Amino acid sequence: MLLIDCPYCGERPELEFVYGGQAHIARPAQSAELSAQQWSDYLYRRDNTRGPHAERWRHTHGCGRFFNALRDTTSDHFLATYRLGETPPRAPDESAS
Amino acid sequence: MQPFSGLSLLKRGLTGQRGWTAQWRHPEPKSAYDAIIIGGGGHGLGAAYYLASEHRFGSVAVLEKGWIGGGNTGRNTTIIRSNYLFDESAALYDHAVKLWESLSQTLNYNVMFSQRGVLMLAHSVHDVQVSKRHVHANRAAGVDNEWLTPEEAQAFCPPLNIGDIRYPVLGAALQRRGGTARHDAVAWGYARAADALGVDIIENCAVTGILRNADGSVAGVETTRGPISARRVGVAAAGHSSVVMKMAGVELPLESYPLQALVSEPVKPVFPCVVMSNTIHAYISQSDKGELVIGAGTDAYTSYTQRGGLHISSHALEAVCELFPMFRRLRMLRNWGGIVDVTPDRSPIIAKTPVPGLYVNCGWGTGGFKATPGAAHVFAWTIARDEPHPINAPFTLERFRDGNLIDEAAAAAVAH
Ligand SMILES: Cc1cc2nc3c(=O)[nH]c(=O)nc-3n(C[C@H](O)[C@H](O)[C@H](O)COP(=O)(O)OP(=O)(O)OC[C@H]3O[C@@H](n4cnc5c(N)ncnc54)[C@H](O)[C@@H]3O)c2cc1C
Ligand SMILES: [Zn+2]
Repeated sequence: MLLIDCPYCGERPELEFVYGGQAHIARPAQSAELSAQQWSDYLYRRDNTRGPHAERWRHTHGCGRFFNALRDTTSDHFLATYRLGETPPRAPDESAS
Repeated sequence: MQPFSGLSLLKRGLTGQRGWTAQWRHPEPKSAYDAIIIGGGGHGLGAAYYLASEHRFGSVAVLEKGWIGGGNTGRNTTIIRSNYLFDESAALYDHAVKLWESLSQTLNYNVMFSQRGVLMLAHSVHDVQVSKRHVHANRAAGVDNEWLTPEEAQAFCPPLNIGDIRYPVLGAALQRRGGTARHDAVAWGYARAADALGVDIIENCAVTGILRNADGSVAGVETTRGPISARRVGVAAAGHSSVVMKMAGVELPLESYPLQALVSEPVKPVFPCVVMSNTIHAYISQSDKGELVIGAGTDAYTSYTQRGGLHISSHALEAVCELFPMFRRLRMLRNWGGIVDVTPDRSPIIAKTPVPGLYVNCGWGTGGFKATPGAAHVFAWTIARDEPHPINAPFTLERFRDGNLIDEAAAAAVAH
């Protein structure tokens, strides 16, 4: 089980959290004008990164808040967690795969 | 190829098992092939076999970054069934079951396909309704599936506890033609048969790039053992499909998750069939070696680590112990994980891609072993003819754009 560092509460076991998938996907503002392909990309296409991955988590059974994390998907090591609205910290080695 | 038969077994048995030869060659990669398959799992090896046997497609190579069958093919719980809800899926998976039925003869290799029946338990009113809907849909589509009362389910699988438990068994759907097969034998059988038809199987050869012609079409691949040209490239890389397809600039609607399984110490035959409980997330059967083979759920987050959280496998064991109290004192021998590539509708993609000459077979998620012969067969067809077989025609990439989802995710709401 992972230990996750909630930016509001500190380290807590994974079971208190819910995973929310890839972070920083903005809902298109002019949704009426999107093509089918753009809608599909927004809804379904994911980077599925092998390496440092920016992702959403929610501390559901704790403070209840959403936050983002940068996790290396080749080791499950959390490189950083950060609050919503903050820009993702740079991964130590962006080229790592 | 040295054919296997009762007579050859007897002869070698009487002469100290000497004289068996290697089952496939270990050739150096050539500089060019007509077709390259990326990924030496059952799907990739099978596709190479059908390209060579059915389509006589010139020279073919399978490139595998590790050892063949070392991916999900060698890590799965081997459940085979075809009772999916939608007609498109039932046709695809039933195509596979029909090929399974004669696969050992086709390959001259015992894949130990055993149609011992797959029992899928229902634990709530919702489960009962969903299961019955599946039974009716399957029967309308000509796929066998039947509804059993709890007592009938227990008669079919005597160790099953239908008493007063936390999630009581309210009934079960049974597909009698479902069952299991030996995972390694599937990879090895296809490898041996493909090799005999001249397919080069190249292990320890990771693809690191996809080469393109000036017009954008596929020119070959870059690998850890040098560049290899090819006019057609088929990708069957399971959990790493996103990584490989990105090399050609093709983005996929996939997320990769760890999925776990474990086996117990071997015991005498006690478990006659396969039992799946989607609701409380446990899958169980007994291998011919005697081990109980137990499948757990996926982790909550995407990952490429080929392991999973301990709480996920303990959860499956708790469910197994409640459903089958006689297993409470068994010890577990090994557990492991594989990386499964999951699509939004939980149906696979077997299709052409925006890159001419590049084809993909992915998105099998937690349930592609059962499809191995069928998927390999229609994937080979798609590569050889540059157009889909009628069975895989609905399983395109474009369905996510056009809204033609084959939504087994909503139908089952769980891993399958
Ligand atoms: C624990 C577990 C239990 C499962 N249980 C079941 C079940 O009961 N029933 C069922 O139907 N399905 C089940 N599945 C799913 C099933 O295992 C897969 O869907 C199926 O085996 C996929 O086969 P494949 O040949 O496509 O993939 P794999 O066997 O994973 O083959 C893909 C290969 O591609 C190779 N590769 C990746 N990247 C590269 C590269 N860059 N260059 C060269 N090679 C590369 C990999 O090394 C790998 O060998 C389970 C999966 C897991 C993990
Ligand atoms: Zn918190």
